[in-house]
Amino acid sequence: MNNKLKGFALTALCATISSQALAQQTPQEGGEIVVTYQNDVATLDPAIGYDWQNWSMIKSLFDGLMDYKPGTTELKTDLAKDYEISDDGLTYTFHLREGVTFHNGREMVASDVKYSLERTVNPKTQSPGAGFFSSIEGFDAMASGESTTLSGITTPDDYTVKIQLSAPDAAFLHIMALNFASVVPKESVEKWGRDFGKHPVGTGAFELQDWALGQHLTFVKNDDYYREGIPYLDRIDFEIGQEPNVALMRLQRGEVDIAGDGIPPAQFLQFRNDPDFKDLMVIGNQLHTGYLTMNVTMPPLDKVEVRRAINMAINKKRIVRIINGRAIPANQPLPPAMPGYDKEYKGYPYDVAKAKALLEEAGYGDGFDTEIYVMNTDPQPRIAQAIQQDLAQIGVRAEIKSLAQANVIAAGGAKDQAPMVWSGGMAWIADFPDPSNFWGPILGCEGAVPGGWNWSWYCNEELDAEAAAADAMVAPDQQQARAERWGKIFTTAMDDAPWVPIFNEQRFTVHSARMGGDDALYVDPVHIPVNYDYIWVK
Amino acid sequence: MVWYIAKRIAYSLLILLGVTFITYLLLYMIPADPARQIAGRSATTEVVANIRHQLGLDLPFYEQYVRYLGNLLQGDLGRSYVQRSEVSTLLASRVGPTLQLMAAGIGFELLIGITLGIVAALKRNSVLDQVLMAFSFIGVSSPHFIAAMLALYFFAVYLGWFPLGGYGGVEHLLLPAITLGVLGSGWYSRMVRSSMIEVLHQDFIRTARAKGLGRARVLLCHVLPNAIVPVIPMIGIDIGIFMSGLVVVESVFGWPGLGQLAWQAIQQVDIPIIVGVTMLSAVAIVLGNLVADLAVLFVDPRIDVTQT
Repeated sequence: MNNKLKGFALTALCATISSQALAQQTPQEGGEIVVTYQNDVATLDPAIGYDWQNWSMIKSLFDGLMDYKPGTTELKTDLAKDYEISDDGLTYTFHLREGVTFHNGREMVASDVKYSLERTVNPKTQSPGAGFFSSIEGFDAMASGESTTLSGITTPDDYTVKIQLSAPDAAFLHIMALNFASVVPKESVEKWGRDFGKHPVGTGAFELQDWALGQHLTFVKNDDYYREGIPYLDRIDFEIGQEPNVALMRLQRGEVDIAGDGIPPAQFLQFRNDPDFKDLMVIGNQLHTGYLTMNVTMPPLDKVEVRRAINMAINKKRIVRIINGRAIPANQPLPPAMPGYDKEYKGYPYDVAKAKALLEEAGYGDGFDTEIYVMNTDPQPRIAQAIQQDLAQIGVRAEIKSLAQANVIAAGGAKDQAPMVWSGGMAWIADFPDPSNFWGPILGCEGAVPGGWNWSWYCNEELDAEAAAADAMVAPDQQQARAERWGKIFTTAMDDAPWVPIFNEQRFTVHSARMGGDDALYVDPVHIPVNYDYIWVK
Repeated sequence: MVWYIAKRIAYSLLILLGVTFITYLLLYMIPADPARQIAGRSATTEVVANIRHQLGLDLPFYEQYVRYLGNLLQGDLGRSYVQRSEVSTLLASRVGPTLQLMAAGIGFELLIGITLGIVAALKRNSVLDQVLMAFSFIGVSSPHFIAAMLALYFFAVYLGWFPLGGYGGVEHLLLPAITLGVLGSGWYSRMVRSSMIEVLHQDFIRTARAKGLGRARVLLCHVLPNAIVPVIPMIGIDIGIFMSGLVVVESVFGWPGLGQLAWQAIQQVDIPIIVGVTMLSAVAIVLGNLVADLAVLFVDPRIDVTQT
């Protein structure tokens, strides 16, 4: 098993350690901290919650079969003690830990796992994560409402869960580590019905004690948590509705321990240069790429020369400067921390003269008129303006359409509406650390449908077949080869230039001086934004 | 009198019906698909279609609207698309703080506005008058976001007189309420000033002075009651203007009220909440105007509604 985990082991530990001393101290138990967020915690139902505030909270309240080593993207078992994968990669057998109890005191058993997965897939739950489980046998019957159970999941005894897939899926263990695969007790879900999200019951390190809607939530330590000594904190108070600037001022005064929303872009340089904040700010990479899509079905963007020309016309370094250096320029769809990222790949150079020549070749020497759709909150419109100016250099006249997030997403998902979309503020942060998550929905044919997320409408069946072949490589010793194969798929797609990859954004967390624990925990790549289970108070 | 009140209530209900229709229509026309939003980015077309059907979004517009009205009459505002909770629960949890801030804010508006108005009218055309009127003009035209941020920075961070935002006791309430009061007081001070000046020129004031009443007595018993009449309906109108200021001020001060809820819902295109908050605000405005119009009748018995 250890080998298998190593197979998935991702070299990218995402934190830049700004002060080594912190990591070397031993954790202390006890303590209460205050964490602030601006927006409401929508729900703590693991089948539904899918936003910045609640993602890590749900991970602290609930557990799934799999999880990640704290602060890394390396898989480890969680509620499963161990597991086996059949040679054909179609059957996963999980053996559960015994004696793990829910917050209501009942022991968690195999039937709870089956119930929880079926609940997420059930259309009545309206889960935004149902689609992740499409490789489980019986998914289609359940999604269409023909069946109320997943035929692929069986429970031979109380501590064994067998999952049968309809096609091999090398990312399946990652899927089992998603919040949407968290285990919930049936009796509590049925008791609260659609309000379960306000009265969560799980097996996690913390339990919810109190929730005043729109004001604050209180998490207290779960004394019966199955991991000895975890969590370190006794209590976390989440204060909601705090403006990020105000939260940082309060942090300076010692009233707040973690400013959950990080640093507003406009204040970034001021904080970065403030000596008081130097040791409090943690920088981490995230599995994110910001990109400009070009709709390959709308002339003149249907010509590959035009798309390549645009790739060469955009000055990515300048865009990174516009956002105060909070990112690094990108040349391919995958972010550097993702397995399969091709370090050797050079991408398209910034070369205005060559871009002009390419446009000339395509018959657009005089340029053309087009539109860029962009989300309307800072700094996205400023980035779109920079792109607009760069395009003007080669004679392309782009009009900026700055709209609310949901409206930009809708425009991107309509075939003939948005010639170009700047993805900032909307896409794409990986749901799990596997390259397949960067393909299907945003570059594969499955996403190039009305309402989909493939806003460039790029559909290359050959590459889709390659992707399916790569996902069939489930054996532990094939993982290196699989990652390389995935890397090739993305760089090959770049020959067709459906995107201009612009940058990979970094993440910044600010915490008070009394907080202890490895810096990586404060920019955890999976427990986004902070891994509450393992941080502690000095 | 009864007939007048009945007529006003009937008009109010018509206005509310119009508000629901316009809000619902506008949000229906927004090019965002709630079913897609709920289903998330991993969803298959089938899942989306299923959710759309469950929410009744596949029905024609008039059917959706009639269904919404039917539920509304039973007090059911639907469930939030993002939070999945009942809209009525979410609104209920935020009405209290908003009413508190509103009462305190309008209280400060009146206190500051009427005081400045009286002073300006008595010292009319002096330098003081010009300064006060300039102040009210600046207050009314300042953007709420900047003013609230500055007030927070100066009084809470720099001077440390107030806590840095949040909800709780009187100390949390004062700063946002005074900020709203100063910003909105301009409407009242200008109105009180002009109406005071008008009353001061009336014959009965000269008579009162001539028969030997003191300056203070004339001012408080004769001028003010007459000058204050136009302020009362102004409060009714102000509730609407005030609501728009609340959205911003609540967000800056971290006040857990309706304004904050509305602001979040708008950003997430959470239609049931947007319609819910709009409805509630419309009810507040209509009710405020109704009460203000009726109150005037009691303050000034000379107004005869049977004639209108």
